[in-house]
Order: sequence, then structure tokens, then C-alpha cells
Amino acid sequence: MFDMTPNILRNFFHKSSTRLYPKETRQAFGNARGELYNEIEACIFCRTCARKCPSQCITVDTKEATWQCDPFVCVYCGVCVENCPKKCLHQKNDYRKPVTDKEIIFMKGETKKKKCEGDPQET
Amino acid sequence: MARTIIPFGPQHQVFPEPIHLKLVLEDEIVKEVVPALGYVHRGLEMLADVRDFHQMIQICERVCGICSTIHAQCYCQGIEELMGIEIPDRARFLRVIWAEIHRVQSHLLWLGLFADAFGFESLFMQCWKIREKIMDINEATGGNRVNPSINIIGGVKRDMNPDMAQWVLTQLDLVEKEVNHLEKVLLNDYTVKKRTVGKGVLTREKAMELGAVGPTLRGSGVEQDIRQIGYAAYGELAHRPVVGIDGDAYSRNRVRFLETLQAIALVREAVSKLPAGDISVKVKGKPEGEVVTRVEQPRGELMYYIKGNGGKNLDRLRIRTPTFANIPPLLSMLPGIELADVPVIVLSIDPCISCTER
Repeated sequence: MFDMTPNILRNFFHKSSTRLYPKETRQAFGNARGELYNEIEACIFCRTCARKCPSQCITVDTKEATWQCDPFVCVYCGVCVENCPKKCLHQKNDYRKPVTDKEIIFMKGETKKKKCEGDPQET
Repeated sequence: MARTIIPFGPQHQVFPEPIHLKLVLEDEIVKEVVPALGYVHRGLEMLADVRDFHQMIQICERVCGICSTIHAQCYCQGIEELMGIEIPDRARFLRVIWAEIHRVQSHLLWLGLFADAFGFESLFMQCWKIREKIMDINEATGGNRVNPSINIIGGVKRDMNPDMAQWVLTQLDLVEKEVNHLEKVLLNDYTVKKRTVGKGVLTREKAMELGAVGPTLRGSGVEQDIRQIGYAAYGELAHRPVVGIDGDAYSRNRVRFLETLQAIALVREAVSKLPAGDISVKVKGKPEGEVVTRVEQPRGELMYYIKGNGGKNLDRLRIRTPTFANIPPLLSMLPGIELADVPVIVLSIDPCISCTER
């Protein structure tokens, strides 16, 4: 009849199972796939990430040397990071913090003068 | 009293997802049930026309949030069969480990929802509290809590080093200990028995006739599980389906509870037998031909039909999910029971409506 009582008593004398978020947060796991960022200086704007992305959240303009990502469309799968030929795309371990307005990550680099591998405009 | 039709759903506090049942009642007793589906259709199968076959892994994973890894595994398995790819042994075992971890979290989620269906709130919270540990395992090993996204065509994309495997086993020991604390409550408690024993009986013959799958079928005494065909590494692991006898809601509850413990044992065995070697092979070419592939989801048999034309997009992708197969048995369970028992019976098949409507 009182089979749940031992569990309730155990919970009563144990520390809380929840945290006082956002005051108290758990440290992110080392392998977790979080926020995406681009080291724009190393980027060659080859568009591999935009082509491989299953949710099509990345837009790259080779001529203008711009890279933009809609973080609200990103599904944190990490496919772009794995396929980046220059290894300039990375994921942090932490997730993005909640925001009140939608925003697009916009980055502008320098147009490369010399021939770049994988650049469809110049090869 | 004259017949009354009561709309049950699509928004009902017992349903995590929308399904609409028209219940034809006579004096609080259900006489007939007419289902209406289609509230959360997303057209995921059609995306195979516009996304290439590699990108479809992430889309298949999102057919169902609770058994995401297993959907991706089934899809990859089908494409690998089409392209004649033999995946490394280590990848086969790693797929089993992640699939079984997913089964534990899915069953714990269901046990909580089931307790919630008959008003046992503290049991619901307890089950979901234990489930958090599994979500942490997913995040620490796969990278994400719900969609770990570890399956790729040709194997898996993440390895599990011995330290990580040991940490997973330690966490699973804690989960097992806490699940064992709930054994008495889930299987012997007065409230649980009063609301589930003898409710929604599905006989063995009826289950076979209507094509029930998964714990709904095994709860009726049929020893049938797709893991018995030995896909991935299941052929090398000691696995025997958990079977119930009575075919009622209690029996299905018991099957899922014991399967949770069995899944933990399977992870332990898979980790102990984990062979060394590569985790993936390089994939060349495009899928051509057609294939039907099956895996065992926490809810039952999942079936993918894939047709490739040698191009980067698939010609057709068809997904048959276990809840789709379990709806006819559900409709046969409901007539003759009281209105107050309908939520418990509906939840007892573990309905996943987003899965069903894709």
C-alpha cells in the first residue's frame, strides 16, 4: 500500500535533484556540440558548410566574402564542422543563451586573391 | 441511455501529442472508437526529394524525438545494404550501445507518463528524474541530449574511449539502482494494480491478427522482437525478449519495466565485448535499388522502405513506425471499458503520434 513512501523519504533526505537555473548552471560536457562559430580569417568561403548543412542554416557569399548563420535554424548536428576543409568552423561546448530577439550571425572576411582549393568561383 | 459521442483529444492532458478519438459511449461504457490522425503531419518523407541521402540522416533522426538514434540507425542500415557497405565491428557494437541507452530513456519517459495517466504524480517525477542521467550520458557521449547524431552511412562518427565507457557504466549502475527502487511501486503498488490489472486486454490471437508490435505484442505473450534477427551486433549478445502473459495494461507496464533493466544489461555486455578497430568506412557512390530494413524501436518494429535511383536524392522513402501498427490493436482494446480508463489504455500502447504522422 505504501510502496512509494521509501522513495519519497529517500528524496526528502537527499540533496535537491534540480538546480536554481540560471543562477546555478552545470558545466558543459567536453564532447557536447554547442554554439557554432567561424574563424573568419581562416575561412576560404568555399560553401562546403552551406552545401552539407541538413537544415540549410548557413549562407556563404564567395564574391563578397561573407558567412552568415541563422542560429535558430541550426540543429547542432556538427556536419559543417566535420566537413570544413580549413577546419575554421568550431562548436563551443555551451549552448546559446536565450535571447529576446532573433538574430543572424553575420561575418565578413577578406576576399582571397590567390587561388583557393574548392572555391567554385576561381577554380 | 442514448448513445453519446465524446471527443477525446486532440488536446487532452494525458496526451503528450495530439490524437483525436471519437468515443461512442453508452452509460459511461465505450462502445465504438473512431480515430482521427493528421494533426502533426510534417511531410518528412517528401524531404528525400530535396535533400541528399547523407542529409536525410538528420531528418530521419527528427521523425521521433524519443527514439532518434534508432531512426537514424535504421536509415543508415538501409542505405548501407543498398550500397553494399560492410560497417566495422566496433561501429556495430557502438550502435547497439547508443540504441539501448535510448531504449532506457524512452521506457523511463513512458513509465513516467503512464504513472501520470492514472494520477500518480510522484512516480511520474521519480521516473523522469532518473531519465535525466540518461540524457546526460547522451550529451557526454554523443554530443546532444535528444538527437546525439552519431550514426553516419558507413558506421558511427564518435568513438567511446575506455574512460568514457567506464563512466557510462557507472552512471548506468546508478540508474539501475534507482530503477530497482521503483520495482515495488510499478509492479506491486495498490494504485497501479487497481488502475491497470485487467484493463485493455489484448489476447495473443487478437494481437497477432491485428499486427501489434513491440511491448504491446510481447505483453500479450508473443515472443517476437526484431532484435532476434541479429541486426547490428545483437546476434552476438545474449538477448531474449521479455514477455508478459495477460495482455492487459499491467502486463505491458511490466514488459517495459523489465526491458529497461534488460537494456542496461545489454549496454554492459556490449561494452565488455566492444572490439577494437575503426568506427567507420569511407563511402563511395550513390544508392541504387530498393530495400526494406527493420530495427526494434522502444515501441516496437520500425520499418524503412528506401528506393534509390543512383542519384544523390532518393526516389522514395517510406517509414512505418510502431505506433502506426499499434493503433488497430488499441481500437480493439477500448470497446467495453469505462470512460475513466480510456487514458490509461491509450497510454499503455506508448503512442508516438509525431512518429506515426511523420
